[in-house]
Amino acid sequence: MIRGTRLTAGIALVSAVLIAVAFALAWHPEIERIAPPSASSFDRTLVAEGENLARLGNCAGCHTADPAQPLAGGRALATPFGTVFATNITPDAETGIGAWSRDALRRAMRRGIARNGEHLYPAFPYDHFTHMSDGEVDALYAWLMTRRPIVGRAPAAQLDGVFGLRPLIAAWNLLHLKEGPLPADPARSSDWNRGRALAEGLAHCGACHTPRDGYGAEDQARAYDGAMAEGWYAPPLNARSPAMRPWTADRLHIYLRTGLSPSHAAAAGPMGSVTRALSEARDEDVRAIAVYFASLMSQAPAARQDEAEPMDRQAIAEQTYPEAAALFAGACAVCHGPGAPMMQQGRPPLAWGTPLQADNPHGTVRAIMEGLASPAGPKGPAMPAFADVLDDRQLGQLTAYLRTRFTDKSPWPDVEGAITQVRQGTAK
Amino acid sequence: MSGPSRRAFLAKGALTVAFALSRGAAAQDADVLPALPGDLAKSPLLDSWIGVGDDGQVTVFTGKAELGQGLKTALIQIAAHELAVQPSAVEIVTADTARTPDEGVTAGSHSLQDSGTAILNAAANVRVLLADAAAWHFAIAVDQIDLRDGIAHAADGRTVSYGELVSGLSLHVAAKPNVPRRDGGAKVIGENLARIDIPAKVSGGEAYLQDMRLPGMLHARVVRGPSDGTRLKPADVEAVAAMPGIIQIVRHGRFTAIVADDEWQAVKALHRLQAAGWERAGEPLPTNGMRAAIRSMPARELEIFDYPGPPAPADAHTLQARFSRPCLMHGSIGPSCAIALWEDDSVTVWTHSQGVYPLRRALAELLGLPLERVRCVHVEGAGCYGHNGADDVAADAALAARAVPGQPVRLQWMREQEHGWEPLGSAMIVEMSASLGADRRIVGWQHDLWSNTHNTRPTTAGGLLAGTEMDPPFVPPKPQPIPMPEGGATRNSNPIYALPNARGTFHFVERMPVRVSALRGLGAQMNVFAIESFMDELAHAAGADPVAFRLAHLEDERAREVVQTAADRFGWPMRGRGTGFAFARYKNLASYCAVVMEVRVDRDTGEIQVPRVVAAVDSGEAVNPDGIRNQIEGGIVQSLSWTIREAATFDATHRTGFDWSAYPVLRFPAVPGRIDVHVIDRPKQPFLGAGEAAQGPAAAALANAVAHALGIRLRDMPLSPERIRAAFRPAPAAPRQAAG
Amino acid sequence: MIALSVNGQTHQVDVEPDTPLLYVLRNELALNGAKFGCGLGQCGACTVLLDGKPVFSCLVPVAALGNRKVRTLEGLASPDGKPGPLSIAFEAEQAAQCGYCIAGMIVRAQALLERNNRPTEEEVRAHLAPNLCRCGTHMRILRAVRRAAEMMGGGVRAVAEQKP
Repeated sequence: MIRGTRLTAGIALVSAVLIAVAFALAWHPEIERIAPPSASSFDRTLVAEGENLARLGNCAGCHTADPAQPLAGGRALATPFGTVFATNITPDAETGIGAWSRDALRRAMRRGIARNGEHLYPAFPYDHFTHMSDGEVDALYAWLMTRRPIVGRAPAAQLDGVFGLRPLIAAWNLLHLKEGPLPADPARSSDWNRGRALAEGLAHCGACHTPRDGYGAEDQARAYDGAMAEGWYAPPLNARSPAMRPWTADRLHIYLRTGLSPSHAAAAGPMGSVTRALSEARDEDVRAIAVYFASLMSQAPAARQDEAEPMDRQAIAEQTYPEAAALFAGACAVCHGPGAPMMQQGRPPLAWGTPLQADNPHGTVRAIMEGLASPAGPKGPAMPAFADVLDDRQLGQLTAYLRTRFTDKSPWPDVEGAITQVRQGTAK
Repeated sequence: MSGPSRRAFLAKGALTVAFALSRGAAAQDADVLPALPGDLAKSPLLDSWIGVGDDGQVTVFTGKAELGQGLKTALIQIAAHELAVQPSAVEIVTADTARTPDEGVTAGSHSLQDSGTAILNAAANVRVLLADAAAWHFAIAVDQIDLRDGIAHAADGRTVSYGELVSGLSLHVAAKPNVPRRDGGAKVIGENLARIDIPAKVSGGEAYLQDMRLPGMLHARVVRGPSDGTRLKPADVEAVAAMPGIIQIVRHGRFTAIVADDEWQAVKALHRLQAAGWERAGEPLPTNGMRAAIRSMPARELEIFDYPGPPAPADAHTLQARFSRPCLMHGSIGPSCAIALWEDDSVTVWTHSQGVYPLRRALAELLGLPLERVRCVHVEGAGCYGHNGADDVAADAALAARAVPGQPVRLQWMREQEHGWEPLGSAMIVEMSASLGADRRIVGWQHDLWSNTHNTRPTTAGGLLAGTEMDPPFVPPKPQPIPMPEGGATRNSNPIYALPNARGTFHFVERMPVRVSALRGLGAQMNVFAIESFMDELAHAAGADPVAFRLAHLEDERAREVVQTAADRFGWPMRGRGTGFAFARYKNLASYCAVVMEVRVDRDTGEIQVPRVVAAVDSGEAVNPDGIRNQIEGGIVQSLSWTIREAATFDATHRTGFDWSAYPVLRFPAVPGRIDVHVIDRPKQPFLGAGEAAQGPAAAALANAVAHALGIRLRDMPLSPERIRAAFRPAPAAPRQAAG
Repeated sequence: MIALSVNGQTHQVDVEPDTPLLYVLRNELALNGAKFGCGLGQCGACTVLLDGKPVFSCLVPVAALGNRKVRTLEGLASPDGKPGPLSIAFEAEQAAQCGYCIAGMIVRAQALLERNNRPTEEEVRAHLAPNLCRCGTHMRILRAVRRAAEMMGGGVRAVAEQKP
């Protein structure tokens, strides 16, 4: 009887300690509100530096829903755990971050804690921003505080069950958050190191391109192996890159700056937004990112073979998918077929594009159904949407046809599933 | 396209003696007749312009063409008004080498001045003849006759229709000058008569050359490299000729066309041939941009104008500025098209060329035919805005059709062929310098202009693309500048302001790296952009309001009224944060137009929004005020697209702006919020062309508004988002940039 | 032979299955509404309705149509030939210069007004953005759409509602 009581007391004591520790970990003090600093109080050079960082990090890509209300939040981000809405990061005191001090922003960027002490969902990739230097965070602060304040509160996140509980994020951080800057690699060039610092930090490339584990954390053992993000497939950026032609630093540089690589394809989906932002960032920084990823992909199959002529197995594709061959000839060939004006003008053939080479059909299916807007302004490659032109069966046939005609890879399984997801808007 | 032909009309009915006019015609001394107005001087016979059938149907003949500017409707109004008939009783035959007068090219906003004036006077002449015939018919004095709705009414109530009168009347007589205009009665000139061509266009009627379907018609495509200066690599022509539906591959020298019985088959065959690739044929293009090239190539110096005046004092405040624009496209929304039919060693070409008569001469030379065996008939195409692919495709169609006599051949250019081969508007540089005196008025002015020619319209076979592909090739004529007062590149370089000590020099660059020709407004858009931007800079330096500054230098009363009207209607000088004003009189001869623009510029994105535009225009007597408004609105929007968005781009081998994705134009979201155009009517004043009046002022008003909004002056078109962002910070260097 | 339904009528045409609908409409069925502007899906001059949705007929192979219903400008008129509200409105506003783009504009606008006859000005502009006009007739086109919306019992709202 006494043993039972001691056991109970022991359990109660340990639980109390654990709860206290958990509480200590999960609880963070509110940082006092400040009056929104005046725009003229910031040094213009610092603001310009912050703008460059904002482009590299593409803040607007998530935090802008309506182009007329930049950084005012409201944009939905579909995650495997539910939907999160990006917040208002304009300097409005009530609904934005106007009352945030510099320290408050630093804490948010480094540890994912909001000014009021709440945990932010790691959909906000602070596990990357944590690698930023103080100077960089301060520059970003200067830029953010000099934007146009807009009133608007994002909707509350709609997360499934327990994933909505913010304090549990403390545990997640304990397991996954590695604060602080990444040490430079002295064996590498300064460009490479700068590129790595940007890619792993501010530009948060792994947030899309690295697969995540069951807790939604990036699986660093499989860094840049490719992953689904926001319903688009972000292809591998390492030795697993399925690109048909090598991604040299030059080619990556052009792609990131303009949204088009003449040896690969046009930026699609979220990369459209990324390249649009990078087109306005400092060129040396974009080049550095290109140098970094070119080195990661230097062992990819394309890098180790001769520059490939574009594959075109027209006869077998037509034999296997005769109906799709007619669809391609009438709907696609005026741009994508041999002798089409776009092909005469140096836009890349489909065989060189990574979407067809990837191990899933999402990129291809979305491009066909939704089209592509020109990534970097009104001038640039664009594609109309075919969701209203082709039904699901035709889309399936056409997708399979493209895979057979322009690659020698095995057919994709479950093209129908991908089409249905895009049709229903449920692709994640 | 029906109605009595001139020949048919003359063939029936006796040639009776024309009645002498009752107003002192006998007193005319034939040697010193005052000149006939407009194009009547070149074609003085009345029946060249007006026909009256015995059913009373009036037919008007014009050598000008409907380009979508509402010409047909305006000319019908003029004729109906003078003849006292309902517009619905008038049909119009346009530009046809077999049926209408030769009025050269429909260009330069000359149509109402030249053809409208001719028809006005010819119709007045015919009216007088009809009145006299009625007087004779009733045996009463002519002042007892009232003409209304195609009927002559005698004062005592008797009536006779024009149809009955015309059998005893010949219109094959020369027009008399100074015939008075009709006085009183129903007004037709000055009414907003609904456009006669719109009903078909909004209901799927046959409205364009592209809608024509002739019996046995075949379809063709021309085969060329992607842009001027390129050619296709040799391809397997035999294999393509054997494709289904392909009737023939027509080849002469380097000219190649595919003739098929199915249009889509022709397109597929074209792509098959294009798959062989292409190469540059000729010198590489300058890679530092076309305007830098124009500025540095050898040039002939020509004086444009020289206004006398004392030299500026040594202590005068002098400003300098350099303005520029890139090559611009016409960019017709419907690529050029033509239909040709050979029968009995003669050819008929249906074309939307602006000049059927010059085209006919060029085709005759190309095809080795006498003139009378070539007929060119204008049929409306999409808006051309100048010399686009229309003439070239007419030659392409004629050559293709020659291979299949007896069968009409419709040859349609592809979108990328129009983008690649249409003549561009030349890149231009303007360097200006002016001095302000102690009284803060302009005391010295220098305008230096660099440009290629603005006219390579074909008059000979060498002016046609196909002509240069023949073996041996026809040689294109040497480009020439268009002399003032009209001017080509120099158009509107002579400021309308009263300026002492003002000089203009044209550095005419003969060598054309790319194909260039007339684009709406010719040099006016650039010159007015420069002058009106510079006037704002001078006003700013003088501490003066931009509108007041202009008025202080403007003596022309009608110009002053247009300026004041636009300013008043906008609410100037209440300017807000981004407003700009500009004014010009097109060619200093045609319409006056002032534009006020309000803009908002997003400094982060560089995007320009235009919430409001107000314009005032004086086109002399306004035949169709709504038509004028339509043209000015359109000119403003088109000029905005040029000024904000557009630049033809090149690399060393070819044009890179090959379709709408590579050469974007303004789309709906960027179009202004509202445009208000106020038309100042000047009854009885000569008609002044309005079609090109807005391009220059709109461009300059935009630049002035942006300068007002940003406090930074941008002088190089287009005022693109990239340029605006770069004005605030150094532009991040792009890894590779197509020169523009 | 390929069967297709256009403006409520079924037609049998003898064309290759990859032939884009635009050429079939113009060359086999002699319909003028849909026009060749680019053949690349960039200008909208060829716009038709496919089961009520606006599509570029230059990029629709006839083999893709199946039983789906095509409607062109000509099909917007009533069966007894009375022009549709947009055609009436465009004529009343004299909304054309060369007019080559107008058929496509009318069909594109029809799709919007059938779905929502009370759009905002911004929505109209965004909806018409795929269609190009080179003459600069945009202001009149917008006025005509506004007028047609009113004729259809709705109207175009000037300002978008403030977002919550």
